[in-house]
Amino acid sequence: MSAEMDFELATPKDASEAVALMQANPGACYIAGGTDLVANLRRGIGAPPMLIALDGIAEMQTIAEDGTHLVIGASVTLARLMAEGLPKRFAAMSALAEVAGPGLREAATIGGNLCLDTRCIFYNQSKWWRKANGYCLKLDGDTCHVAPKGKRCHAAFSGDVAPALLVLGAEVQVVGSGGARWMPLSDLYREDGLDHLTLGAGELLVAVRIPLAAAALHSGYAKSRLRKAVDFPLAGVAVALDCKDGRIADLRVAVTGTNPRPILFDHFPDAIGQEPTGAVLDAITREIGKDITPMRTTNMPGMYRRQMAGVLVKRLITRLCAGQGAKG
Amino acid sequence: MASIIGLTINGRKQEHLIPDAMLLVDFLRDKLGLTGTKKGCDGGECGACTVLVDGKQRLGCMTLAKSVAGKTVETIESVGPHGRLSRLQTAFHEKLGTQCGFCTPGMIMAAESLLRDNPDPDEDEIRTALSGNLCRCTGYVKIIESVQAAIAAGEVGK
Ligand SMILES: Cc1cc2nc3c(=O)[nH]c(=O)nc-3n(C[C@H](O)[C@H](O)[C@H](O)COP(=O)(O)OP(=O)(O)OC[C@H]3O[C@@H](n4cnc5c(N)ncnc54)[C@H](O)[C@@H]3O)c2cc1C
Ligand code: SF4
Ligand code: FES
Ligand code: FES
Repeated sequence: MSAEMDFELATPKDASEAVALMQANPGACYIAGGTDLVANLRRGIGAPPMLIALDGIAEMQTIAEDGTHLVIGASVTLARLMAEGLPKRFAAMSALAEVAGPGLREAATIGGNLCLDTRCIFYNQSKWWRKANGYCLKLDGDTCHVAPKGKRCHAAFSGDVAPALLVLGAEVQVVGSGGARWMPLSDLYREDGLDHLTLGAGELLVAVRIPLAAAALHSGYAKSRLRKAVDFPLAGVAVALDCKDGRIADLRVAVTGTNPRPILFDHFPDAIGQEPTGAVLDAITREIGKDITPMRTTNMPGMYRRQMAGVLVKRLITRLCAGQGAKG
Repeated sequence: MASIIGLTINGRKQEHLIPDAMLLVDFLRDKLGLTGTKKGCDGGECGACTVLVDGKQRLGCMTLAKSVAGKTVETIESVGPHGRLSRLQTAFHEKLGTQCGFCTPGMIMAAESLLRDNPDPDEDEIRTALSGNLCRCTGYVKIIESVQAAIAAGEVGK
């Protein structure tokens, strides 16, 4: 740690001013709660000349309902969403309580959680550590220590809230120089550890919305981590489903911590109409296993994380189907 | 760049010239001499730098000092009334919740924020509230017992 930070802090009052500042200052960077960004800057990961603070933008602090959606400003903190009872309305949002520790959740925002940088044991290290190791492809170097033959970065997206929002069908609102647009959350991400967000230059995430109808789904979040607090997910799984007479009627699964992006799986034709038997659950995990590719980016082997993702998917589906039965 | 901001620290309204890139923990320790707040990991991992911002537990090492402009900051130096120990401090002292003492200011501030929100937490709630605070000495059992003893001693706050 302990790289000296040196930047100018800008405090815009609305989103368009923030975007304009970003466009006028190449190399600048948004800061929300700062709980990801400051940790990185203190390790000499990036040295932006300007940080653009998002906490003075009132329109990004609101929580409102518009008839069909719950609309959450990107700067709303995770602690506030927990205090507002989000996990009670949308069970998968119990993911909020799995993020970091309580002191960090008071500062951490939902927007920052969705825009979290990707992580790797060769990257989230002090500058001298990375220098001694010849740096790496993601920053200052030209080799990937995880897959040295390739020219790709496999650093893992490790936010806990994205998979929950993905299975709930959430969308995000992005503001750029061309105005505002809504898009499905999955379109925010791409499979590239170096550049995992699809945001254009200066674009700002201003809000997230969850369809109110998602409250009727049976959903949940499960996380594999070394310690029960503070640690990032080795694998995190969210599931939302509907179950009729013990048979799966609708099923969405999302996985975090394994790939450069959180991945949504919403096409399980062979599972629909089936009871969640061992064979059906195996088929579901096989389907997911085609796309999840945990690499040696954490202190646990990729194979362990891959297997844990499968185990968590099976447990969650079984539990959620049983819960539905009990409710009648 | 630096600019003057106003904030309330340990009950006193103050104005300070604060550099843009200064962390809250460095501001408290190096500029104000409030060295009760510790810097353990300097990376959000240990909780030694826990202070209260508007009554909620926050990490001084992950917070820009300027971002608390207009807010209320409380550090360990503020918890004992008139030079006496608070009930949490007394309990940590009597129940051996503190050994080397490095984690203790952070533990007490995290516990303080919990008890203000929830005066009668169960053991799970105490563990959750302190889950961002590491201790290398006590093994945590004595810390939990200390918080429970403080609750039993009654009187929220001081
Ligand atoms: C010790 C420790 C443990 C942690 N454990 C976890 C964990 O278990 N799970 C987890 O999910 N996270 C964890 N985190 C990471 C972090 O605390 C959270 O992900 C948090 O939600 C990030 O939000 P923030 O507001 O602090 O983001 P910031 O640090 O302010 O920003 C993060 C990134 O997003 C960008 N950004 C922020 N807001 C926007 C926006 N509105 N539009 C566009 N870009 C934006 C910033 O430029 C930056 O690159 C941990 C962090 C630490 C230090
Ligand atoms: S996956 Fe490779 S390129 Fe990416 S951060 Fe890790 S070592 Fe660097
Ligand atoms: S010094 Fe702030 S959490 Fe360790
Ligand atoms: S008493 Fe020594 S670290 Fe907790």
